[in-house]
Amino acid sequence: MNSNGNNGDLRIGFYICHCGHNIAGVVDCPAVAQHIAKLPGVVVSRDYKYMCSDPGQELIAQDIREHRLNRVVVASCSPLLHEHTFRNAVAAGGLNPFFFQMVNIREHDSWVHTDVGAATAKAKALAQAAIRRVRFHRALEMTRVPIHPDVLVVGGGITGIHAALTMANGGKKVFLVEREPSIGGHMAKFDKTFPTLDCAACILTPKMSAVRAHENITLWTYSDVVKVEGYVGNYTVTVRRKPRYVKEDLCVGCQECIAACVFKEPKFPDEFNVGLGKRKPIYIPFPQAVPQVVLVDPERCIQVRTGKCKQTCLEACADRQALDFTQKEQLVEIKVGNIILATGFKLFDAKRIPQYGYGLYPNVVTSLELERLVTSSGPTGGEIVLKDGRHPKSVGFILCVGSRDMKTNRWCSRTCCMHSMKLAQLVREHTGADATVFYMDIRAPGKGCEEFYDKSLKEGIQFVRGRVAEVTDWALAPEEEGKLVIRVEDTLAGFVRRIPVDMIVLAVGMEPHADAQEVRRLFNMSCGTEGWFLEKHPKLAPVSTFTDGVFIAGCCQGPKDIPDSIAQAGAAAAEAMALIDKGYIEQEPNTANVMEEHCSGCKSCIPLCPFTAISFDAPSQKARINEALCKGCGTCVAACPSGSIRQNLFEDEEIFGEIEGVLADA
Amino acid sequence: MLDTTWQPRIIAFFCNWCTYTAADLAGVSRLKYAPNVRVIRLMCSGRVDPQFLLEALARGADGVLIGGCHLGDCHYVEGNAKTLRRFLMLKRLLADLGVEDQRVRLEWISASEGDRVRSVINEMVDQVRALGPLNLPGRFADWDREMTGLEAQVRAAEPQTAPKAGELTHA
Amino acid sequence: MPKPKIAFYWCASCGGCDEAIVDLAEDILGVVEAVDIVLWPVAMDFKKKDVEAMPDKSIVATFLNGAIRSSEQEEMAHLLRRKSQFLIAYGACAHLGGIPSLANQFEREQLLRYVYEESPTTVNESKTRPQCSVKNNGHAVTLPELRHVVRSLDQVVEVDYYIPGCPPTPKITKAAVGALLEGRLPPKGSVLAPDTALCEQCPRKSSKPTDLGFTQFKRPHQARLDPELCFLAQGVVCMGPATRGGCEAPCIGGNMPCSGCFGPTSRVRDQGAKMLSSLCANVAGKEEKDINGVLSGIPDPVGTFYRYALARSLLRRKVDLPAPAKQTP
Repeated sequence: MNSNGNNGDLRIGFYICHCGHNIAGVVDCPAVAQHIAKLPGVVVSRDYKYMCSDPGQELIAQDIREHRLNRVVVASCSPLLHEHTFRNAVAAGGLNPFFFQMVNIREHDSWVHTDVGAATAKAKALAQAAIRRVRFHRALEMTRVPIHPDVLVVGGGITGIHAALTMANGGKKVFLVEREPSIGGHMAKFDKTFPTLDCAACILTPKMSAVRAHENITLWTYSDVVKVEGYVGNYTVTVRRKPRYVKEDLCVGCQECIAACVFKEPKFPDEFNVGLGKRKPIYIPFPQAVPQVVLVDPERCIQVRTGKCKQTCLEACADRQALDFTQKEQLVEIKVGNIILATGFKLFDAKRIPQYGYGLYPNVVTSLELERLVTSSGPTGGEIVLKDGRHPKSVGFILCVGSRDMKTNRWCSRTCCMHSMKLAQLVREHTGADATVFYMDIRAPGKGCEEFYDKSLKEGIQFVRGRVAEVTDWALAPEEEGKLVIRVEDTLAGFVRRIPVDMIVLAVGMEPHADAQEVRRLFNMSCGTEGWFLEKHPKLAPVSTFTDGVFIAGCCQGPKDIPDSIAQAGAAAAEAMALIDKGYIEQEPNTANVMEEHCSGCKSCIPLCPFTAISFDAPSQKARINEALCKGCGTCVAACPSGSIRQNLFEDEEIFGEIEGVLADA
Repeated sequence: MLDTTWQPRIIAFFCNWCTYTAADLAGVSRLKYAPNVRVIRLMCSGRVDPQFLLEALARGADGVLIGGCHLGDCHYVEGNAKTLRRFLMLKRLLADLGVEDQRVRLEWISASEGDRVRSVINEMVDQVRALGPLNLPGRFADWDREMTGLEAQVRAAEPQTAPKAGELTHA
Repeated sequence: MPKPKIAFYWCASCGGCDEAIVDLAEDILGVVEAVDIVLWPVAMDFKKKDVEAMPDKSIVATFLNGAIRSSEQEEMAHLLRRKSQFLIAYGACAHLGGIPSLANQFEREQLLRYVYEESPTTVNESKTRPQCSVKNNGHAVTLPELRHVVRSLDQVVEVDYYIPGCPPTPKITKAAVGALLEGRLPPKGSVLAPDTALCEQCPRKSSKPTDLGFTQFKRPHQARLDPELCFLAQGVVCMGPATRGGCEAPCIGGNMPCSGCFGPTSRVRDQGAKMLSSLCANVAGKEEKDINGVLSGIPDPVGTFYRYALARSLLRRKVDLPAPAKQTP
């Protein structure tokens, strides 16, 4: 086998895949194979139904041996999908896997064009480009990058907790960073979870305790990530630990300081209870918070703001001395090999749909607010009450608020139908009130969920199919006085109805966090069009991202319920653990290197590298590239004014070959 | 001479992480667009050497499209910034050399913008079609036609006999 | 043993390359002794028919300078190709088209009209133009035809070697002639100069910073040029990084930036494009407005990046200029 394709006998094997009907339905594969067969250097030219299958791959390996092929070109799907597969097939045949080039005639041709003639001409041109390119390929080896065994999990909701525990139980050292003062996420705010109506706290708090107690987990709450440097297996992450003004290792959570606070009564809106309850400036987020450590709100505490307070809290903690008003923000640097993002979601702001009256009528609440009312440890002790303290006699649930909506968010938030039916069941259980669910479609796909829908129907919950037009308090009939009226077209009955209720619950949809764009840039990821973190492949790689070593799980990847979130958490943990246990990752060797005999030392390339891979070597007076740092972008290669830098796999001659081939007359 | 069967051929250089992925997404979504573009995959738009554009045009491309990540989103931090800087000067150069503005285009297309791949390609193909073929190889051949007579003449001529003594023509 | 026959010829040329031969000074005597010069229009009185009479390949080497612009130059190029073993493109014009190839930005008619009618110092009310053929007293008087396109030598005939420079330095010329006479030539098609950029031998190399970002470009006349600092570091465009070395940087020694006359290294297909790529990548600024502001300091991209190499650039010529209407001999 030749190591340099410019010398010696070029023997190219060309394969065009039918991909069943996917390609062959639009591209005339035999015609392309015949066309390519005539090109110089092509020794074998075949078309086959499924090149990526075992027999397809074996065909390549066999031809390499039998026909002494020294180059292979496959025209099929996207290299992003199967380049690896075919490189392995080439290697199995005994040829260096980098003497291979792939041609995308599915995603870029048969799937996007309808004219058979044009699509076939395009396939021929693209195949020809690869035939000309592959001549210049060289033998290369995959590079190996070692993987640091520690892992960072960002986000301490149920997803982050499960991922952290899974890996910690597997013996890995995990850093769990959560920006709220306690882990638990949204699930900690739920009363019961569908479809089993388990108590959320009962299933969540044991896991939260396990996190705190686990010797392999370093839990940093009230902290966030501010900088990420490095690459897969070798990340250096800077975590900012915000000051609680309490020493975490000394506070035992007795809460004497809260009782002693100069504010006799809680006065400030309580975040955990979504503003429905009140707290003091010194507080613990909720009774089961992990860590059980109080914190001081720097914007509300008199001592922090003015320095002039009696500091009764300090006195109350005299024996442990856990309070410390001199605390400052700390920046801590950690080294990890993998990162899992489980940052969750935020809820749609119902004020954006003003006709539903949120913020205008006091008895229009969101699903999460009702959740807090229903919870026995919530601000009303589990009493579902209207703002004037009465129990509602009738409650309306409006679905798809900020979901499946051309004007706000187009996607389905996946959990709201089940969530609303659960709340409806709980409302009936607690108050006996009439419950009516206003829906476009009822989506109950999970295990036990359709049965839950049946149960809702059996329990007498009413369902009206129609998109609610508006909520009004303008009564047009005596029975509407003092109530909120829902105006909706009942599409099954076929007319517009006015339905008066005491309380309205809006099933607000899930959205990406407001800072999703900043966060994803921090981790060098992309977001999809809708703003959720982008997975590598929606079906085959839902928890991986395009950045090796960075995984996503849970709602930050897209709306989902608790079972699916936990499944993804486990999946991400498994992916990370697979890398750690292997100990290294193989990377495509598309790095650049300076051809020292040609470099003039003009220094034009040195300022261009964002990874500082290029430096000026004073003794030789030439540029030098550290291939361990080079990420393979090729910017320096394009910039070198004397053409003295070469990028493996994307050399000038290879690309010029592609250009010439793709434009050569058919 | 207007060739009614002529179809524009546009060469596109797409960056692996954003635009190439978006084009794959367009495929997965079965969006349909004009078949006139041929994509060459690079890891980053920063790898696009202006020589590639010029070579593509010189070899017969009617247009060239560069696709990269949005500014600030480059997988390699700011390869696309370098692309932009080169592109702005290249546009001026091409204008001075008589290449119409719409034939060379730079677009930032992120990995999830499959629909933009479709709309940008369709728009560009329409614009280039309206401009007509660039056909530089044909133009080069037209220009070089002014040369074809002499070579044949010189080849055909026999060496003339040496001048006789007394007919010296030089000192 | 007869001495090897050598020829020199000039086409669309300023004469500087012939001067460069003369500039070999004492060394010229050594050359003259070792060879038999059979053609050198600037210095010796040989005629075309002398060349035509020579047997094919009887000239060992012809050094042809100047771009090919006229039918006569084309004809002589073909003739000398036929008669020579080695045809060597001497100087930037023959190598790359040179400064004359900047005329490829203009239509031939535009140039003729300017020269014969519109220029400030022309008085030509009858708008008389030279004709290719005129009858005078029964004789046909002819002039060569000016081609529409300026070409480098290898765009007309096959060329064996190139000696770059505007003009080539005496050292480069001597080395090339020596290599020829001693049979030490590199592979056919080589440029007879080092294949590394000028920066390698530039006396100002150590003053160039490794973190250069351009915030402004100036042309040489717009600033007092520091005689020791790298030109690029002063914001002045210097083609050195994209130009072959071997000249030993005389322009830099004269406190002027390199303008690229030795052409690109062998790894580059278009010198101007590579220089553009390198320079612009290092421009400071990420907003279009800011970048354009910096680039406005280069008002003439073609003249700056392609001063010597337009004919041999990938686009060769302003592409929307008309093709010649019909074939003319």
